[in-house]
Amino acid sequence: MNLLERYAHRRFERASRSTEERLGAWAAIKWAMRYVFPDHWSFLLGEIALYSFIVLVGTGIYLTLYYVPSDSQVIYHGSYPLLYGAQMSEAYRSVLNLSLTVPAGLLFRQVHHWAADVFIAAIVLHLMRVFFTGAYRKPRDLNYFIGLTMLMLAILEGFAGYSLGDDLLSGMGLAIAYSVAMAIPFIGGQMATLLWGGPFPGSDTFLARLEVVHVLLIPVILAVLITFHLAIIMRQHHSQFPGPGRRERNVVGTPMWPAYALRSIGLLLAVAGVLFLLGGLIQINPIWQWGPYHPYLSENGAQPDWYIGWLIGALRLMPNWELVIAGRTVIPNPFWGGAAFPLFVFGVLFAWPAIERRITSDLRRHDLLDRPRDRPIRTAIGAAFLSWVVIVFAVGSTDRIFYRLGISYTTQIHVWRVGIWVIPTVIFFITRSACRALQLSGAHPLRAWQGNVVRRRKDGTLEVVAPSPDRIAPEPTEPPVGTVPGHEFDD
Amino acid sequence: MSSDDHGKVSQMARILGGLVAARAAFRAARSRRVPPPPARESDVDPRKRVIPSNRRAEGVVALLLMVAAALGFAFTVVYIALSANTQLLGIAIGGALFLLAAACIVAGKFVVPQETDVEERGPLLDEEETEEVVGMIEAGGEGISRRAMLVGAGGVAGAALLTAAATPLASLGPTPHVLHETPWARGVRLVDDEGRPYLASEIQNGSFYTALPEGKNAESFGAGLLVVRLPAEFIHLPAARRDWAPEGILAYSKICPHAGCAISLYRYPTYAPTSQEPAFTCPCHYSTFLPGEGGRLIFGPAGRALPQLPLMIDAQGHLRAAGPFHEDIGPSWWGVHRSQS
Repeated sequence: MNLLERYAHRRFERASRSTEERLGAWAAIKWAMRYVFPDHWSFLLGEIALYSFIVLVGTGIYLTLYYVPSDSQVIYHGSYPLLYGAQMSEAYRSVLNLSLTVPAGLLFRQVHHWAADVFIAAIVLHLMRVFFTGAYRKPRDLNYFIGLTMLMLAILEGFAGYSLGDDLLSGMGLAIAYSVAMAIPFIGGQMATLLWGGPFPGSDTFLARLEVVHVLLIPVILAVLITFHLAIIMRQHHSQFPGPGRRERNVVGTPMWPAYALRSIGLLLAVAGVLFLLGGLIQINPIWQWGPYHPYLSENGAQPDWYIGWLIGALRLMPNWELVIAGRTVIPNPFWGGAAFPLFVFGVLFAWPAIERRITSDLRRHDLLDRPRDRPIRTAIGAAFLSWVVIVFAVGSTDRIFYRLGISYTTQIHVWRVGIWVIPTVIFFITRSACRALQLSGAHPLRAWQGNVVRRRKDGTLEVVAPSPDRIAPEPTEPPVGTVPGHEFDD
Repeated sequence: MSSDDHGKVSQMARILGGLVAARAAFRAARSRRVPPPPARESDVDPRKRVIPSNRRAEGVVALLLMVAAALGFAFTVVYIALSANTQLLGIAIGGALFLLAAACIVAGKFVVPQETDVEERGPLLDEEETEEVVGMIEAGGEGISRRAMLVGAGGVAGAALLTAAATPLASLGPTPHVLHETPWARGVRLVDDEGRPYLASEIQNGSFYTALPEGKNAESFGAGLLVVRLPAEFIHLPAARRDWAPEGILAYSKICPHAGCAISLYRYPTYAPTSQEPAFTCPCHYSTFLPGEGGRLIFGPAGRALPQLPLMIDAQGHLRAAGPFHEDIGPSWWGVHRSQS
């Protein structure tokens, strides 16, 4: 150690002693520094969601400084010539100015929008990891419910966010949301006028309400739930995949200090970096092109942000059923696709741990994860259910498919009304067989090329140089991990 | 009770008994089922600690940090000198963050000690602790004799306070009777979005026109109208609406009765042998309505027909509403007034 380092060391020690005299926090800090993170790429999905949330809060605060939540109509005299003299709400004008005149305003707005899309995508992928590896089993079921709640809130938060702009696209989205609220049996009319402060498009206070929901109410709830989510993870420790030295009652991996902390901060910065590059270079939601919202206007080919796509798809796919009894509209049509469908999907996800417990009678605590192939029925149900939702999501783009490929819109809808039931069934059986085949072969689904490397001789014949490095013996030498023949499912 | 009734009752009892027995047998069969085997554990000791002592990696990290710093400064330069060009700002700050990320990850993987460690997870449930804590909590009620009364009274007080807290929500919005109102009434002139009244003579076959009520709030849901002119061969209105379409000009609410979007697609036959009859389509969920048949739905999810507004032509040849809507415009709800015809 040279002189400078010794001096730095002494100063650091003195500073540490002085803090400890006041806080007495060494025990907690030591525990946190030795906290072990199991290494697997799929564990980073939740972290990506967390870090996107941090970017969302940071950029969001910047946006609130410029946003004006007002429906009052004004005439635009700003810098964008194509809208000069147009009548618009003050809210839309403030977002136009933020985007086109405030320096770096467009960068922050686009980063915020991209971050929201990445945030929800990361949550959904994280949920898929949790589902297909059985990470929702005891003791993590409680945390799984918190996660599902956060996903619902995140979707609502994203929708509220892009509705604030009061451009034509967001206004159309709000009109649909209003119709879905109206469609709630019995109380819909009261509820919608209550929320909107009158009939659509709402009173002068509606955007102010929406802003409070978007910048305060939901973010605070999300922050509290994130805190619980992380605290519960820390208390239970991370789950882990089976592997060398790994048991139900331990956790093997990299301790927080120093390597994991550096890598995780690296991931935070990488997420932020990608989001800023996206926000700077790839245009998203150019509201000046959509124009201001007026109830009597709409644009063709309008598409929402991706996480609303499944609801558009459900609204489109639904036949025109409306339950009317004695002149009373009991179930208006948008209820099916806009409310019943998402509630059913989340209901199934919330109920799944209990359903699985009832079927398997497995009440034990699980800290080792399943490989998806080792639970063929669960994986097959998950894949089928996922495909069911993904098809509905894809139906949200039927008009774009008509526009690009010329396949008749009505034909597509008629085909999908059948396909929505056939394809998940087929996927169930394919996935189950694939899981069982992988169980028997022990192969990695993406790294299992079974061919030979060959060389062409001068005379045109082929010579085998080497077999694929992934090539595996036809007979498994040991039984697949975690399986007893005849008990592959039972789950 | 007649003997016949007795027979029915005993038959019901037998069925019920059978069901109970079946359920018991099912439960017994299920409880014997073995839960799936747990994932296989491994007893190797994976602990290790490697100190990389990698001078080259340290150099790479320092370089990454310096380039990141340069890009960070570049952000300020772009902001001031290049009129905050969005793309350059994004490259500068995004690049800086990305290189910082690379520095952290290289340092985390190749500079600092690499360690694999094992932590034991204790049991979450400790029986003794549980008993103790439950005991401690219950000891807080020691010596209270009217516990049920206190809990009940507390519950009532809580419910009352919650109700009180929720009551102001009612002042958020008015009662939904406003949902039946639109700006249209007999005599209101149809104008375009610049306030110019429509002449009946300017409504052409094959186009659709957006009309708003003269002197009324154009931002209300009920304001927007679709106006078209159809040749007589396409007009098959119900008997009650025979005089709603003077000169074959028809007006409908522009708001789709499915989910409230403005209808903005109009299909008009250009080649009679293969084309279908004229139709309005909503661009949100593609509900398709026939203007010639009183707004009847032929495709899509809307639960009712498109509301029609009766029209008349005044002495100057301007289009006017001949009355209000005879049903509610906009999305359906519990109290929506549906069309009678």
